[in-house]
Amino acid sequence: MSTRALKATPTAWLIWAVVVFFFVNLAGVVGSVLVSSFGRRWFDTWVPDGFTTQWYGDAWHEFGLLQVISVTLIASGLVVVLSVLVGAPAAYVLARQDFPGKRLVYLTFLLPILMPPITYGIPLATVLYKFGFAGHLSGVVLANLVPSVPFVILTMTPFIEQVDPKIESAARMLGANTRAVFLRILAPLLVPGLLASAILVLVRTVGMFELTFLTAGPDSQTLVVALYYSMSAAGIRAQQSVDAMAVMYTAMMLVLLVVALRFVNPTQLVARVKEEPE
Amino acid sequence: MSQTASWQHRLAERGVDRRLWLLLPATVFVLLLFIYPFLYGLSLSFQPLKGGGALANYQKFFNDAYQRDTIATTLKIALPAALLNVLAAVPIAFRMRGRFRGKRLLTTVLVVPITLGTVLTAQGLLNYLGPTGWFNRILMAVHLIDDPIRLTNNYWGVFFSLIITGFPFAFLLVLSYLSGIDPTLERAAATLGASRAQRFRRITLPLLAPGLATTFLLTFVLAFSVFPSAVLVGNPAGSTRVISLAAYQAAYEQYDYAYASAIAMIMGVVELVVVAIVLLWRSRLYTGSTGGKG
Repeated sequence: MSTRALKATPTAWLIWAVVVFFFVNLAGVVGSVLVSSFGRRWFDTWVPDGFTTQWYGDAWHEFGLLQVISVTLIASGLVVVLSVLVGAPAAYVLARQDFPGKRLVYLTFLLPILMPPITYGIPLATVLYKFGFAGHLSGVVLANLVPSVPFVILTMTPFIEQVDPKIESAARMLGANTRAVFLRILAPLLVPGLLASAILVLVRTVGMFELTFLTAGPDSQTLVVALYYSMSAAGIRAQQSVDAMAVMYTAMMLVLLVVALRFVNPTQLVARVKEEPE
Repeated sequence: MSQTASWQHRLAERGVDRRLWLLLPATVFVLLLFIYPFLYGLSLSFQPLKGGGALANYQKFFNDAYQRDTIATTLKIALPAALLNVLAAVPIAFRMRGRFRGKRLLTTVLVVPITLGTVLTAQGLLNYLGPTGWFNRILMAVHLIDDPIRLTNNYWGVFFSLIITGFPFAFLLVLSYLSGIDPTLERAAATLGASRAQRFRRITLPLLAPGLATTFLLTFVLAFSVFPSAVLVGNPAGSTRVISLAAYQAAYEQYDYAYASAIAMIMGVVELVVVAIVLLWRSRLYTGSTGGKG
C-alpha cells in the first residue's frame, strides 16, 4: 500500500494538479466574497482599503435576516421530516418487492428528480396559487417536497437492499410482527441511510433556489431567495452588504455540513464503503 | 372464506400483498404534487391567452428565433458542463478510493462547494473572475495577459459556476459508486494476470458504467435548469439566455401562464430526450450486484 502511494506516476501528478487548481480557484471564489464582506471600500486594488464589520449589521437589518433565517430553518426542517416519513416506506417496498407495475411506479418517482425544477415548478406554482398555498410557508414546503421525496427514495433504496432479507425472515420466525421488524430490526440498521438522506435533503432544501423562488411570498423567502433578490437589485444596496449576507448563508451551510459529516461519510452516499483491508 | 384466502394467496405470489400499502403515501403525494400540476400545465399550454388554436403557444415559441434559440443555448452550456464534470470525476475518484491519510478531510472539503449554492457561487465568481478580481490580477502580475480577460457576464461565467457546483456532486457520486465495487474482484483479475489498464477496462469500468450514467443524468439536470447563475454571472439577454429564463419571463414578467407552461413543456421534452438516450444506453449495461456488501 505505502509503496504504491510513493510511486507517483505522471497521471497521478496531473490529477493532483487538477484537484489543486480546482481548490485554489474555489478558495479564490469564496475568499473574495469573504474579504469583500469585511472590506470598507474595494475598487481596483488587491485588498480593500480598510476593514470593518459594519456590513454584517447592515445586512442583518436591511434584509430582515432573522425572519429569513427562521423561515429557512422551519421550511427545511418540515421538508426533511415529511419527505423521510413519506419516502422511506416507499423505498422499502421498492427495494424488497416485485409487483406488477413496479417499473412504472419507480419511473414516476424518478421523474421529479430527472426534470429540471423550473419545468414542473411553473405549473406547480400555478396550481399552488390556485389553491392558495403559494406565497406562504406551506407552498414553499409543498413545492420543495416534490424533489425531496424521490430523493429520499433514491438514496434509501441501496441502503435497504444491503440489509439481508434473511435477518427480517429470522425475526419473523422468532415471532416479531411487522411493527417490531420495522422498529427493532430495520430502523437501527437503516440509521446511516436515514441520516444520510435526511441530511442531503436538508442541504438541498436550504440551497434550493428555483422552487422556493417560484412559490415564496414576501414573508416566506428563504435565505437563497433573499440573496438572489438582493443581488439582482444590485446598485441599490452596497455590494458589501450583499457579500455579508452571502457569507452568512455559507456559514449556515457549513454548520449544517459539519453536523452532517459527523453522521455521514460523504463517500457512503450511494453505497456502503468496503475499504480495502490493511 | 377459503376462496378469498386463495385469491389473496395468488396475488401475494405475484408480489401484491399488504406491504404495498407502504407505497400509498408516496404515490398519492407524487400524483397530487407532480402528475396533477404537470397535466394541468400541459392542458393550460393548449389554451393560449390570445386564442389562435390549441398549438398557438408552441407555434409562437418555434417561430420566434429569439425564443427558439434558447434550446440550443441551454444544451450548449449544460451538455459540456455535465460531461466534463463526470469525466473529470472518474480519474480523481479512481485515485482516491482506498485508504490514505487525509482522505476524510479531502472529501469533506469537496462537499463544501455543493453547499455554496448557485447564488453564492455567482457572487464569488463576479468578485473573483471580474476585470479587477484576483484571477485577472494574478495573470497580469505574471504577465500572461496584458488586459483583463472577460470571464463573467458571458458564457464562461455560467460554465464555471456549473463546474464549481456540479463537479463535487459528480465526484462524490462516482466515488461512492466506485467504493461499492468489491475490490476483491479487481484483485482476482490481478492474480489472473490482468494489467492495470485491463483491470480498469474489463472489471471496473463495466461495473461503474451504470453509476456513471446516473451521475451524468443528475449533473445534467442540475446544469440544464441553470437559472440564477445564467442571470447573475451570464449574459441573460444574449449568449446565456437559457430556456428556463424564457419560461420565467413568460410567467412572471408577461403573466402569460399558458405560454410559460408551453415553454416549460418544451423544456421538459428536450431534457427527457437526453435522459432517454442515456437511459437507453444504460439499460444495455450490466446492472446488479457490484459485490459491495458492507
